[in-house]
Amino acid sequence: MSLLEEPIAELGRRLRRREVSAVELAQAALGAIHADDERLGAFLRTTEESALAQAEAADRRLREEPDGGGPLLGIPVAYKDVLCTKGVETTAASRILAGFIPPYSATSVRRLEEAGAVGLGKLNCDEFAMGSSNENSAYQPTRNPFDVGRVPGGSSGGSAVAVAARFACATLGSDTGGSIRLPASFCGVVGVKPSYGRVSRYGLIAFASSLDQVGPLTKTVEDAALVLQVIAGRDERDSTTSPAPVGDLRELLAAGVAGMRLGVPREYLDMKLDPGVRAIYETAAAGLEEAGATLVPVSLPSTEYALAAYYVIAPAEVSSNLARMDGVRFGPGFAAATDLTQAYEEARHRGFGDEVRRRIALGTYVLSSGYYDAYYLRAQKVRTLVAQDFERVFQEVDAIISPTAPTPAFALGERVGNPLAMYATDILTLPANLAGISGVSVPAGFADGLPVGLQVLGPYLGEATCFRVAAAVEERADVWRVLPALGGSG
Amino acid sequence: MSRLARLGLTGDELAELEAQLKDIIEAVGKLSQADISQVDPTTQVGGLSNAMRDDVVVPGLSAEQALANAPTTEAGLLRVPAIQ
Amino acid sequence: MSAPWEPVIGLEVHAQLLTKSKMFCGCRAQYLGLPPNSNTCPVCLGLPGTLPVMNSRAVEFTIRTALALNCRIPEFTKFDRKNYFYPDLPKGYQISQYDLPLSVDGWLEFEVGDRSVRAGITRVHLEEDAGTLHHAGEIHTSPFSLVDLNRAGVPLMEIVGEPDLRAPEEAPAYLAALRQTLMYLGVNDGNMEEGSLRCDANISLRRPGATALGAKVEVKNMNSFRSIQRALEYECKRQADLLDSGQTVAQETRGWSDLEQVTVSQRSKEEAQEYRYFPEPDLPPLLVSRDQVEELRRGLPELPQAKRLRLREQYGISADQARIIAEQAGDADYYEQVVAAGAGPAAAANWQVQNLQALCNAARVRVGECKVPAVALAELVKLVEADRVSGSVAKEVLAEAFASGANLIDLVVRRGLTQVSDSGELMKMVEQALMGNQKAAADYKAGNDRALGSLVGAVMALSQGKANPKVVNQLLRERLPRP
Repeated sequence: MSLLEEPIAELGRRLRRREVSAVELAQAALGAIHADDERLGAFLRTTEESALAQAEAADRRLREEPDGGGPLLGIPVAYKDVLCTKGVETTAASRILAGFIPPYSATSVRRLEEAGAVGLGKLNCDEFAMGSSNENSAYQPTRNPFDVGRVPGGSSGGSAVAVAARFACATLGSDTGGSIRLPASFCGVVGVKPSYGRVSRYGLIAFASSLDQVGPLTKTVEDAALVLQVIAGRDERDSTTSPAPVGDLRELLAAGVAGMRLGVPREYLDMKLDPGVRAIYETAAAGLEEAGATLVPVSLPSTEYALAAYYVIAPAEVSSNLARMDGVRFGPGFAAATDLTQAYEEARHRGFGDEVRRRIALGTYVLSSGYYDAYYLRAQKVRTLVAQDFERVFQEVDAIISPTAPTPAFALGERVGNPLAMYATDILTLPANLAGISGVSVPAGFADGLPVGLQVLGPYLGEATCFRVAAAVEERADVWRVLPALGGSG
Repeated sequence: MSRLARLGLTGDELAELEAQLKDIIEAVGKLSQADISQVDPTTQVGGLSNAMRDDVVVPGLSAEQALANAPTTEAGLLRVPAIQ
Repeated sequence: MSAPWEPVIGLEVHAQLLTKSKMFCGCRAQYLGLPPNSNTCPVCLGLPGTLPVMNSRAVEFTIRTALALNCRIPEFTKFDRKNYFYPDLPKGYQISQYDLPLSVDGWLEFEVGDRSVRAGITRVHLEEDAGTLHHAGEIHTSPFSLVDLNRAGVPLMEIVGEPDLRAPEEAPAYLAALRQTLMYLGVNDGNMEEGSLRCDANISLRRPGATALGAKVEVKNMNSFRSIQRALEYECKRQADLLDSGQTVAQETRGWSDLEQVTVSQRSKEEAQEYRYFPEPDLPPLLVSRDQVEELRRGLPELPQAKRLRLREQYGISADQARIIAEQAGDADYYEQVVAAGAGPAAAANWQVQNLQALCNAARVRVGECKVPAVALAELVKLVEADRVSGSVAKEVLAEAFASGANLIDLVVRRGLTQVSDSGELMKMVEQALMGNQKAAADYKAGNDRALGSLVGAVMALSQGKANPKVVNQLLRERLPRP
């Protein structure tokens, strides 16, 4: 069995017992990537040299103080390409950032590096994290390891696949409307969207600033808690990070769900759900009940407006956030332009893909005078309604459970020509981003051989509660060790 | 919109985008059904305020580092086509 | 002859704040003279993924200014993005304030000739400056522009004035009063040439008594008091000519050309009004407590108008003297130190305004920052007042000390210029002179007035020329009473 199939805590024990070295782990990971990633397309680039250097440094630290260092010392990880990595090309899977080498690292990346994690490279995603299938990457599609004819989900598709295929023990992704939880569900891994402000966004190439959060993808719930523990907390470079102490995120992992009240939102379950997804959800819910939780029917009535609000607010912020991609300070720039407007248009036309253009145009529209009140302002008010729904429900229940996505992974190409169908993929995940609350997707079973995740939503800064419920789901489902075949009709 | 956003779209691209935007804008028109008479807009979540730093100078980048990613520079400056 | 038109003018002033660091990052706010693009970091370069963090001192400076301009400080304020593409704007948007600025509804009082005018202040808000553009050769023909981002992100305060000015000459007067206030507060250096203080104007014409406003023309590129007045005078005439000939005034932006002394239509920027403002999601809002406002209000310095009034009342100096002395807070402090060190208020004012100020103007330094300490000037003024140094000699010594930085009193002593007026000291010399010149004393007593002259000469010789001849004369007369 590959070492990388073990949970992080177990690898930590082995590293400290000298049964394995960090260099050996890194080599194993890089070997697996070389062997299998050509078929999956999870990585945009690997950083072998620095990975081995970081692994050697980790081994030195392990030798010098075997009991010192945190749980991530020597653990191989990888980063979604929307996270800036100092000295390493960072493109957000867009042509407009081809060749961009940031002179700084994202705070989340820096914190993992300081904890001794070994960075293997940069992971594919939808261009600027805009998409639900990973098909919007300017460079390559990423394939689902459980069926290479299907999408891994997006936008953090590479991040989910790298964990599912056991290329890395943990990866970082970003979640603006479900971009961590959805691919986690499609690929059978754990994915965490922390509460807004729990993890620094400094160095995360912005998609929608008021919705974006960085979070981990891992094999197990405990692994996710270990990684989040390291990256969470106030950052003086991000004014929107919460100063609230993070606390011990593993504290409740073994507490079980006995006595907990778990909300079952009517609006989520009334949706058209794939029968396999519904069956797995019901089994998981029943399991939680058996384990002593009380299931409480709850209502989130503003859900029907959430998708519309999201597709106004997110594009509005996109149109502004991506204005800096102008070809002047970084990127391939413009070649033939003789006037400034032409230069901007050339750089941006060549640099942006269809989905990004669509969202920039939409965002420009909803912010322009005459439409602002009807769309942007109204969407922000609906956002308040969505947040109020959750606040009210969390007075009655400890957490909310639902499927993560209405369907398992769909076929490559299936939704490419239909933006609205693609957008609807995120219907169960994006309300949490609008409200800024915590959420986890945890593998709950398989439908026709495809992984299906269960979503646990917790209150603002309620990550430990999400982990408590997710750990119970994980234990009863007992599917996290199931390995993908890397086959299918690709 | 294409011009305002400096997207430089061609005729065909514009036509396709226009059709798609029409559908999307129609879909988000659902917002008009929500009863928002009693609520304030939410621009940020988390309820933070007054996040400030002290007025302290910290070292930044050298001019060389600042221009390292720039496609066209001249004499330590970023070069762009003239403003018409 | 055309019918009279009344100009309606409002000024928008941008002032860079004298903070140490930029508005949203730790780069220096003082960027002049640095090599291009060397005062930058990932944040002010607008590199992907970077985030702004607000400079607390910039906020404090803005609130102080707003209070000095009699504004109201709302309890809730936020920042917004103003979106437009321009190569000096790295992020493609400027972080500014749109509908909820830091302060609103103030006023500024200023003098135009003998008149006192009060103009409304719409708002004072905080934003970030852009970078600077250089052009190879002439701007209109250069094939490219060169961008320096050293200035990008410097804290910039915008002071929007109500359209309350009614004549071109009111504009420079308003701006001078505003500039003086900013400098009193220590928030801006007042340097219009270098652009740390910039001024745009809105001007329209209407019939006197009319309430509706005419088409508004925005005038830019005025970088001195003189060019502001000239540009507005030019606009008044241009617009009046148009209206008088039955034409309409186009609502547009025009630039002032100092070279040609005309305003030129600047190609109206496309989508000029389409800035797509929306709340800046990267910055939480600011809540300004009443306590904080009151604390800042208590910390305000004495402002120019109040200082002028107090100087006149407290020291009995003229309005003109008070105006000159209070030009800068440091100058007034200097004056008060001179008086505190014992110089008479009237003499001190004369010396500072007439002599020291002239030296400072020629050397382009501020009185408060010159090489002559206030206590030294006070000693000199006292010597002159006591008739121990003549006025013309004192002027020479002051000029020398001003230029060299030498100790003023040392110079007086070293050059032996101190007049001895002390009657005790002089009396000894008088006795000595009488002993040696008994004949002259007897002659004087006998009625020969000229004999007194030789006695005075003898005392002067004994004092090596330092004796105050007036005092010696008087002492001799007392000592040799005539029947």
